[in-house]
Amino acid sequence: MSEHHITIQGIILNEETRCSLADLCSLCGVNTEAIHEMIDEGLITPEGFSVQEWRFTAVAVKRVQKAVRLQRDLRINLPGCALALDLLDELEELRRLARHR
Amino acid sequence: MEYKDYYTILGVASDATQDQIKQAYRKAARKHHPDVSKDAEAEAKFKDIGEAYEVLKDPEKRAAYDQFGANWQEGQPFEPPPNWNAGFEFRGAGAAGTDAGGFSDFFESLFGHGQTGRQQAHAFRMKGEDHHAKIVIPLADAYRGSRQTITLTRPVVDREGRVSANPHSLHVTIPKGIVEGQRIRLEGQGLPGYGDSPPGDLYLEIAFQEDRLFHAEQRDIHLTLPITPWEAALGAAITVPTLDGQVQVRIPEGSQGGKKLRLKGKGLCSAHHQGDQIVTLQIVVPEPTTEEQRQLYRTMREQMPFDPRAGLER
Repeated sequence: MSEHHITIQGIILNEETRCSLADLCSLCGVNTEAIHEMIDEGLITPEGFSVQEWRFTAVAVKRVQKAVRLQRDLRINLPGCALALDLLDELEELRRLARHR
Repeated sequence: MEYKDYYTILGVASDATQDQIKQAYRKAARKHHPDVSKDAEAEAKFKDIGEAYEVLKDPEKRAAYDQFGANWQEGQPFEPPPNWNAGFEFRGAGAAGTDAGGFSDFFESLFGHGQTGRQQAHAFRMKGEDHHAKIVIPLADAYRGSRQTITLTRPVVDREGRVSANPHSLHVTIPKGIVEGQRIRLEGQGLPGYGDSPPGDLYLEIAFQEDRLFHAEQRDIHLTLPITPWEAALGAAITVPTLDGQVQVRIPEGSQGGKKLRLKGKGLCSAHHQGDQIVTLQIVVPEPTTEEQRQLYRTMREQMPFDPRAGLER
């Protein structure tokens, strides 16, 4: 069994990260139609006015990727995904508060 | 290779109906889905559950698996007997896929490369799946930036189409000022692609180790600072630990417990964002142990008319 050593500098997905609709689609392995549906559902909200100007944050990338997995693995429909993601965020926040009480 | 007890994994009896198996699978999948569960083992459990269901939902595969019966237990060393699957019709179908999703060796020795519905639905040329991992780093590494070595095991397909697990060490640069929950994307470090398509990406999500003194909320670092009543009342210069070492902090005269002091720039700072350290004062009252000390408290009672409960009257 060989062991490889590679040093890599990754791309940091932080508050400064913005990606276009095409970037978002390729990062998440979905088509633009799926993204439009997620925007309609309020699952993510782009910055910018026209589709060409749309920019998405790292949080949006994470939410779309999670939604794709929840749809695929648990057969949750889009409104259900949006609800699950909001509840998971809330749960995370409550856990964080409980930890430092 | 170890025997896998698919019935135990799904928590069903070995004579469960197909409906019971389906229900148990769906319930377990919801509970252990890596996006839902906080359990560090969730990913592995979710995979096991999927693998168990892949076998038990298919009456043909289930019948073949059932031949091993009750003689085997979870984790026991296992080799399939030669021609064990003679007379069953599922063999061979899986050979084309590379199944980067990674069913266990046990599964593959019995049923070949996995063919889940997910993989069948796609064409043979397809970008590899993304891989998601969590790395837990000390707060100091996030403050200063660091390099981490992570070891991942991922399936590699050789020329004959055999899949083997390959340990892979990656040296990753953690930038200064990364925040919990942020991710680092390593392009092409995910699972291999199908056909000549590129591999998927690796996402490393940052989590912080529990720290004895500090905890982070986004970019701000919180510390509870115990002080004496006289330091609070009279003011004091106190040495306070930060992620940047010790600093001198001036406690203003007349401070109350719970007061927060902000040390600018002592939190997690990146190129464009500043984090602060928030120091919360906690007044600790010393217990008098001698008669002189008790007398001091009595003197305070007599000479300092003070009603902390003035606001409680209704």
